[in-house]
Amino acid sequence: MTNHWVDIRNANVILSMGGNSAEAHPVGFRWVMHAKERNNAILISVDPRYNRTTAVADVHAWLRTGTDIVWLGGLINYLIETGRFHHEYVRAYTDASHLVEEGFGFDDGLFVGYDPETRTYDKTNWNYQKDEQGFVVTDPTLEHPRCVFQLMRQHYSRYTVDMVEQVCGMPRKKVLQIWDLIAQTSAPDKTMTILYALGWTQHTIGSQIIRTGAMVQLLLGNMGMPGGGVNALRGHSNIQGLTDIGLLSNLLTGYMGLPAAELQRYEDYMKVRTKQPLLPGEVSYWKHYDRFFISLMKDWYGDLATAENDWLYDWLPKLSQPLYDVLYAINQAAKGEMTGTICQGFNILASFPHKDKVLEGLSKLKYFVIMDPLEVETGEFWKNYGEYNPVDPATIGTEVFRLPTTCFAEDDGSITNSSRWLQWHVKAAPGPGESQTDMAILAGLMMRLKKLYQDEGGAFPDPILNLTWNYTNPWHPESEALAKEANGRALRDITDETGKVIKRAGELLDDFSQLRADGSTACGCWIYTGSFTEAGNMMARRDNADPYGVGTTLGWAWAWPANRRLMYNRASARPDGTPWASNKAYIWWNGERWIGADVPDYPIFTPPSAGVGPFIVTQTGTGHFFASEQLNDGPFPEHYEPMESPIDRNPLHPDNPLAFHNPIVRVFPSDRDHFGTNDEFPYAATTYRLTEHFHFWTTHALLNAIVQPEKFIEIGEVLAAELGIAQGERVRVTSKRGLIEAVAVVTKRMVPLQVDGRTVHQIGIPLHYGFKGVARPAHLTNSLTPFVGDGNTQTPEFKSFLVNVEKL
Amino acid sequence: MSVRVSRRSFLKLGAAGLGASSMAMMGFAPEQALASIRHFKLTGSTMTRNICTYCSVGCGMLLYTRGDGAINVIDQVYHVEGDPDHPVSRGSLCPRGAGVLDFINSETRVKYPEVREPFTNEWKRISWDEALDRIARHMKDDRDRNFETHDDKGQLVNRWLTTSMVAASACTNETAYLTQKIARALGMLVVDNQARV
Repeated sequence: MTNHWVDIRNANVILSMGGNSAEAHPVGFRWVMHAKERNNAILISVDPRYNRTTAVADVHAWLRTGTDIVWLGGLINYLIETGRFHHEYVRAYTDASHLVEEGFGFDDGLFVGYDPETRTYDKTNWNYQKDEQGFVVTDPTLEHPRCVFQLMRQHYSRYTVDMVEQVCGMPRKKVLQIWDLIAQTSAPDKTMTILYALGWTQHTIGSQIIRTGAMVQLLLGNMGMPGGGVNALRGHSNIQGLTDIGLLSNLLTGYMGLPAAELQRYEDYMKVRTKQPLLPGEVSYWKHYDRFFISLMKDWYGDLATAENDWLYDWLPKLSQPLYDVLYAINQAAKGEMTGTICQGFNILASFPHKDKVLEGLSKLKYFVIMDPLEVETGEFWKNYGEYNPVDPATIGTEVFRLPTTCFAEDDGSITNSSRWLQWHVKAAPGPGESQTDMAILAGLMMRLKKLYQDEGGAFPDPILNLTWNYTNPWHPESEALAKEANGRALRDITDETGKVIKRAGELLDDFSQLRADGSTACGCWIYTGSFTEAGNMMARRDNADPYGVGTTLGWAWAWPANRRLMYNRASARPDGTPWASNKAYIWWNGERWIGADVPDYPIFTPPSAGVGPFIVTQTGTGHFFASEQLNDGPFPEHYEPMESPIDRNPLHPDNPLAFHNPIVRVFPSDRDHFGTNDEFPYAATTYRLTEHFHFWTTHALLNAIVQPEKFIEIGEVLAAELGIAQGERVRVTSKRGLIEAVAVVTKRMVPLQVDGRTVHQIGIPLHYGFKGVARPAHLTNSLTPFVGDGNTQTPEFKSFLVNVEKL
Repeated sequence: MSVRVSRRSFLKLGAAGLGASSMAMMGFAPEQALASIRHFKLTGSTMTRNICTYCSVGCGMLLYTRGDGAINVIDQVYHVEGDPDHPVSRGSLCPRGAGVLDFINSETRVKYPEVREPFTNEWKRISWDEALDRIARHMKDDRDRNFETHDDKGQLVNRWLTTSMVAASACTNETAYLTQKIARALGMLVVDNQARV
């Protein structure tokens, strides 16, 4: 979330799209209700299903799954053509005025630079024009045909109301009614918040859907504002933290990236990663990349990492492809090219798409390790559970280890919620039996590996033998020790620019401005600097005071970055430093410094007259409509159909088969035959979560199993009548990849949509239930889903695929 | 941060403290005044503060544990309620969070390290030492056999691609950081978490 849970109450309009927070985040949703009570806020629900968020919404519309870019792109077109956007904000705070290189273009569904052989783009021309000094050329009038504003206007001119109606299946009257409500928040004293979740993410165009939402918010001037923002309601208690820590194939901590193999020299890596300002005087915070990176290497390798050896840059693993994601991993396993897999509290058999393929992959491993508090399905992939897992153990040669771990109630540490708050928790009781914490298990493995490499030697042992391990008990590192390590400390005395010592050697750092690029600081995760200082554990703070009455509790826990609760909050004030509106006052310039309800997202003593932009992490200081080379599938989001579509063409580009689906989508050769067509599988399906369940965990919890005991699907009354299915009857749902059986809930909540000249029925399938635990056993929903991911993140397309339904 | 609470005992002490002193002055023995009421269920419990382990709202939870932490006593969580001080949840829990006790105390918790040998149909209980020794051996053998110092273009890559790892979605940041440190020191690249699924 750019903003935070309590801040939702400051909104005037709430767009719930790509999420269903009333059911998926019920307690967070109280702040939506609070906004309705407090501000007469309008709640808009746009979703393939009428869900419980819809039930309390002021306005609601059904949308065909996977067509969000068309709807949002249409909204951009509407806001620009009606002039109902925040003109001053767009001029002053966005890249609308920046000119784009002449070579950039878009034609018949493809951006410039597409190579159909490799299915990738050459992004060379996807950039701003620069002058002799290397600064971006701008046209403040926004009239120049190559300025971002005009290019964006042209790009979305194709996204007409008629097109939205045709592709999304939403009546034009409804579309215009909702857009009118949203456009009202272009006024400085009104804000809209966008709440989304995996309903936007899990598509082959997921990253671009989210970008389109961000562009709408920039146009309306809602970024950096209380009650505004683009708010990802994350699904698990700490995937925000795991992502911050960089547990993704291509990341280091704090959103630093692992190097590509081409960057053989440290200087080359630094050149790519260090972002210098592209407009004079801008902050461009990533210009300090070396401070963050060197401090990380100092934490890992201590005195061995020096300027002379490039801080041991050579010791880092290098990438030969953008990602080594989970789909890649399973595909490698299914090809027999993976030896082992270690699963730390992750039920992958149930959570990855195309269960049969996952099963095949796991069955070809030499060894498999699962660390989990529960006896989840994945640990028993080799065991026969009848129709739910029809395997023959005698044919599966994988050696499987199941290690009992403690759960949240049984260890200490911090987790990071959607609001980026790091909240500390305390062990309440020991785990059952011989269970151990994940940290003790990892330390046990690492201590053994260190010893094995010490005794036997082996492949490149240096990083293993020299990894810092200064824990009081090396077999049981303490949470507090790791938290301090992530926060960072001074290795030598640190001075400010006047030569005054600001930190003594050994002291914990207060904030990331104290990090140094000369090896005098060590820091595990620069964005977490300030979470555990000499003043104590900031994440355990419990002062819930809200002195400004805007829902900002700076003394409760700690938020990254720098305890800031609302990102880009400089944009909540006008260029002259006064609030856009008195009812939206958040931070402001008092003549000497920036003050207000939050930690300013801006240099505190830089006056408004300096003209420094509010988005201090970008190279231009502006919010970007134009994504340059940052995304793989284009600088402006474009709609492409899901890999399995209920229609036969992309209505935006009916004659270009290359632009039917996302042109850069990655399909492994062995999966080509595992996509269905709409003549065989006519219904568009989408998966989702229920209020009473959490993934596959709560099927092990008796209370939850009692209140929601059995797998079901939702099917509309019209389709159910066509298929002769009555309420409560059992049905079989099939896709090209597998089947599930479930109870049919026949409902008014799903309706047929008119799309591109045909009737499209949608089916809702909860993702829960498996063959372990105390709920009724069931087929895993991911028996059905396609093995394909988003063009940027490879997030599987769980939200749009094709099925057939038959009565049992 | 553990707080010993015993609301009823506290109330009793408070009231009895006043009463006992004045009654003692009048010559009454305080024991006779004790009523035989049922004890409040959380009497003698230990309360610890936690954050819900399910979705990402991060609701505050108070966990009440039976047992006093003494040796030979096995503490057990037996009551969970919302933390009224928490600025987001203000004491509320949803149907998932409210049922979390049944997750903590689920009968299907894993209790011992186990191995399923190749081609067999059963779990075999093993010791932690055996489990970690065998896993470390598998990891080292695979790493030594398949570690790539250079790619096919001769570029230095120092990576291990044949063992993959997926990290948990509910573990602590401290666990995550230890995982990151270890994974990259081993040269692992096939590492992911549950952010996307």
